Amino acid sequence: MRFRVTHSTTYDYSSNVSLCHNVARLLVRDTRRQQCHSSVLQIEPLPSGMNEWTDLFGNRQVNFSIETPHDRLVVRATSEVELETGPALDMLFPVSWESAAAMMKTEKDADTLEARLYLLHTDFTEAGPEVIDYARPSFPPGRSLIEGVEDLMHRINQDFTYDPGFSTIATPLRDVIAHKRGVCQDFAHFAIACLRSMGLAARYVSGYIETVPPEGKEKLVGVDASHAWFSVYVPQRGWMDFDPTNAQIPLDQHITIAWGRDYADVAPLKGVVYGGGKHRLGVAVNVERL
Amino acid sequence: MDYVPPGCHDEMCDPVGEVRPHWHYLMEALEQMGPVELRKRRDETWRQMRENDVTYNFYGERGGTRPWKLDLIPHLLESETWASLESGLMQRAELLNLLLQDLYGPRKLVRQGVLPPELLHSHPGYLIPAINPGTAIPNQLLFYAADLVRDQNGQTCVLSDRTQAPSGSGYALENRIVISRVLPSLFRDSHTHRLASYFRTVRHTLDRHAPSSDENEATIVLLSPGPANESYFEHAYLANYLGYTLVEGSDLIVRDNRVWLKTLEGPRPVHVILRRMDDSYCDPVELREDSYLGVPGLMNAVRAGNVAVANPLGSGILENPALMRYLPGLARLLLGQDLMLPSVETWWCGDPLELQHVLDNLDRLVIKPVHQSMGFRSRFGAELSSADREALKATILANPLRYIAQERLPMSSLPVFDGDSLKPRHAVLRAFLVAEEHGYMVMPGGLTRVGSSDDQLIVTSQAGGISKDTWVLATEPEKQASLLTERQHAVYVPERHGAVPGRVADNMFWTGRYAERAEFVSRLLRLALQFLETGEGAGTKAFETLLRAVTKQTMTWPGFLNLPAADPDAARNELCRVICDRSSPGSLMQTLSSFLRTARSIRDRLSSDTWRIINDIDDESNALYNIKPGNIIDALDEFDNLITALTAFSGLTLENITRGRSWRFLDMGRRIERALQISRLLESMLSTSREIGDESLLRDSVLTVVDSLMTYRRRYREDADIPLMLDLVICDENNPRSLAYQMTRIEEHVAGLPDKRDTGSRSEIERLALETATLVRLADINRLSTMSEQTGSRELLHEFLGVLAERLPALSNTITAAYFQAAEMPHQLVRLRSWEES
Repeated sequence: MRFRVTHSTTYDYSSNVSLCHNVARLLVRDTRRQQCHSSVLQIEPLPSGMNEWTDLFGNRQVNFSIETPHDRLVVRATSEVELETGPALDMLFPVSWESAAAMMKTEKDADTLEARLYLLHTDFTEAGPEVIDYARPSFPPGRSLIEGVEDLMHRINQDFTYDPGFSTIATPLRDVIAHKRGVCQDFAHFAIACLRSMGLAARYVSGYIETVPPEGKEKLVGVDASHAWFSVYVPQRGWMDFDPTNAQIPLDQHITIAWGRDYADVAPLKGVVYGGGKHRLGVAVNVERL
Repeated sequence: MDYVPPGCHDEMCDPVGEVRPHWHYLMEALEQMGPVELRKRRDETWRQMRENDVTYNFYGERGGTRPWKLDLIPHLLESETWASLESGLMQRAELLNLLLQDLYGPRKLVRQGVLPPELLHSHPGYLIPAINPGTAIPNQLLFYAADLVRDQNGQTCVLSDRTQAPSGSGYALENRIVISRVLPSLFRDSHTHRLASYFRTVRHTLDRHAPSSDENEATIVLLSPGPANESYFEHAYLANYLGYTLVEGSDLIVRDNRVWLKTLEGPRPVHVILRRMDDSYCDPVELREDSYLGVPGLMNAVRAGNVAVANPLGSGILENPALMRYLPGLARLLLGQDLMLPSVETWWCGDPLELQHVLDNLDRLVIKPVHQSMGFRSRFGAELSSADREALKATILANPLRYIAQERLPMSSLPVFDGDSLKPRHAVLRAFLVAEEHGYMVMPGGLTRVGSSDDQLIVTSQAGGISKDTWVLATEPEKQASLLTERQHAVYVPERHGAVPGRVADNMFWTGRYAERAEFVSRLLRLALQFLETGEGAGTKAFETLLRAVTKQTMTWPGFLNLPAADPDAARNELCRVICDRSSPGSLMQTLSSFLRTARSIRDRLSSDTWRIINDIDDESNALYNIKPGNIIDALDEFDNLITALTAFSGLTLENITRGRSWRFLDMGRRIERALQISRLLESMLSTSREIGDESLLRDSVLTVVDSLMTYRRRYREDADIPLMLDLVICDENNPRSLAYQMTRIEEHVAGLPDKRDTGSRSEIERLALETATLVRLADINRLSTMSEQTGSRELLHEFLGVLAERLPALSNTITAAYFQAAEMPHQLVRLRSWEES
């Protein structure tokens, strides 16, 4: 399955910006199931001091600056990506969640050691005891890890209301839990918090979801914007994605841009500007099947 | 001397109480001096510290500045002990360097399971944006400091590793300079290793690390968080000693992936940043997003290889005390050697077995956070109640990764002179290392700190510790070599690179303005007080006019404009408010504290003599602060002292600062302020109405306040001649306190201002200065003195002064806009979260 994704971000400023330094995580990475054929950034005005490098997580980070006065910044990413179809991972892999948690401590292979970074809470996933209280019912003794995570995903999807008006990226997880409302970022963070509190490694995935609904199916939530979901580490098998916003295991409609411990590691575009006054942000995402 | 060492290892006495051989010479000499002489020398030590304004800012409830404490008796280390310590330190620095390069490069140690990933990732010092496996630029640890203690058996071990921006080397140097002056012959005859070689290596090392540039000389800056930082004294001191420009984050900007210093002339490329700021604060783009102390874009400029930062961003991870228990293994793995210098035995609660050990042995251990940001104070298990101990256990269990425990060490003791005799105190030695071409060099000396009481076990400068000079005794006498003598000319010539950051010029300008304002207002207040307390002129119209002038001059409205005319108590209260009220804008106290603040922020540009004067001003300001309406008469003496100190300051800045660009700004600030004060005084004393009172009294008052009474009396013998007085104060170019004189100086300064290509506003400044100067020069004194028959006011004088009152501030603002102001403050495009300290 081949896709073309365009993602443009526009900042309109009320007064001139004289200088800005930005970090973009908009170039699509390769994954086990995904090959990025091309991914390019077009930036207006023309940037200077642009460099791309690979961060700790293996994401493609681009740093750039704009040194000419401007009152509008447009960053457009265009990517062509090939997704492998077929089942993601061995869904019937029987390891219990307890053994998975124990293996995180005992296994010394490089993958597990790398995954241990995702066991730790971050500012985005730190919340009170309500997190583990919520998580426990999905993980009764002896249940397989994958079943448990799937159950957790479904519960979050049912219990939480998708409400783009409720949260911003600065809304603390605590508030999201208290009101059971939020958007894909919040659901992903909450799921990650639950899994980490159970001693499991979970990471945040930023990406896109296909916009055209397949025949006979409902239109998916999360279209026309970048999307986010989470991934859990299954010892001896690898990482497996779950999308709590749509209650599904991503197969052939989820395109991964980058992953990290939380949103902060993969924020698509951030930066520091000199001047600019107030700004208006516009984001447009289009995912098209080729 | 009846020195009784406590039970632990004592540096001076052996276990049977005999003075160790390398202490003999010093002890005999001190014995000969006797307590009286020792006291004298100790007081001399304190005096010098105070005079050089060696300070340390402490945080907490009553945060503030305190003099650096230095004990008279040095810490002595014999050459053999030192040699083994030296090799241990060099090995440890090399080991930490290899560790740093791996952690931010290939990360083999994590990927092969040598170090638990949690040990790194739970520590705020591990900066993910600094991890760059693909980089060809090695992350070299350039500076390293270790806090060393000696246990019961005399074994030296490392209490903590300092790899971020180790502080203390400047204090060590200052300690040495003072002690070698206070105990000159003892120092000379003791064959002590000199410290200068260390600083010379620092300079070579930083020069060598400059990325290749087309210029001949690398620009190196010392980046400080600013005057509020605890060791700001040292930042300024080292910048001066090493010959680097002292900068704050806002002085630097990243363009084209390079770092530039914003100078008066425009941007200059920076090649090396010696940072005295924790790395997480250094770049809001990729590091802590809420910190603007640093330089946006710095991380990427480093990544591009265009600037070197010492120590490298990310080196704070090496301060994680949980690493200590892994060092012996790492030494064998990375160096193929046994670790020579052990650490204080340390357990990390992130390891389940060690956690159990810690919980079982809490009463023998000290519990510490792995990072200071974690809002946890070190605690001795033994000193806790059982309830507190349980609470501590719960805290640890809730987040075991964050805590370590260390054996409670019986630290060794050193003699301290308490004014009468020698007392033992626990001691910590901070040793300093700098990278050389191959390996590391240890400063032959260090910073010894002792507790301020005999039971104090945590020895830090924050906790009020006392420091000591540290003498490493050579077997052979050493040749003297100091950077100070080598670079005699360079020391107080801060503009050797021609690099004056705009912020520095700004502070110079305002130091000049505040100093002049304080002096002028003090003269006026002193005069008002004299009138009030001698009863002379009390109740007269002239006195009322003078009091109103106090309010108008200081703009402490409504003040005397609203007070009943002849109530001396009300007058005392109000004068007291104008003097002491810190919260009232315009009060003398506020002007003085603004002066002290701006002066402190340019301390690297002022000579030590100037510092002594600034300290005097600080003292007088404190004395005045305590004045009450009841004893306001005492303020007269304080005013005399304050005015003398302020005059001395202006004299010193006239004579002792090189006439470079920064001086120009200081003097220009002073001249603009003086012109403004004079015109304001003339306006409130003479221009308004006939109701102002006895003109001879007013004339003398004006002359007193502008300090021209003697000149006037010498020149003219007539009485009550307002035109003659106005001529002297407005037009006389030879009177350094006239308006015309100020304008001439201002014009000279403006002509010498650097041409700023990008703004082109010098012409605007020149125009304003010329217009104002012309207005003053063309002033027709006879017309200005004329009283209007209709209104009973000097309408023309009023008009003339009104124009000045507009133009002088406009001149000041135009200068500020052209040379000082950063165009805009940087801010985040996306706010990810409200930053909270967890």
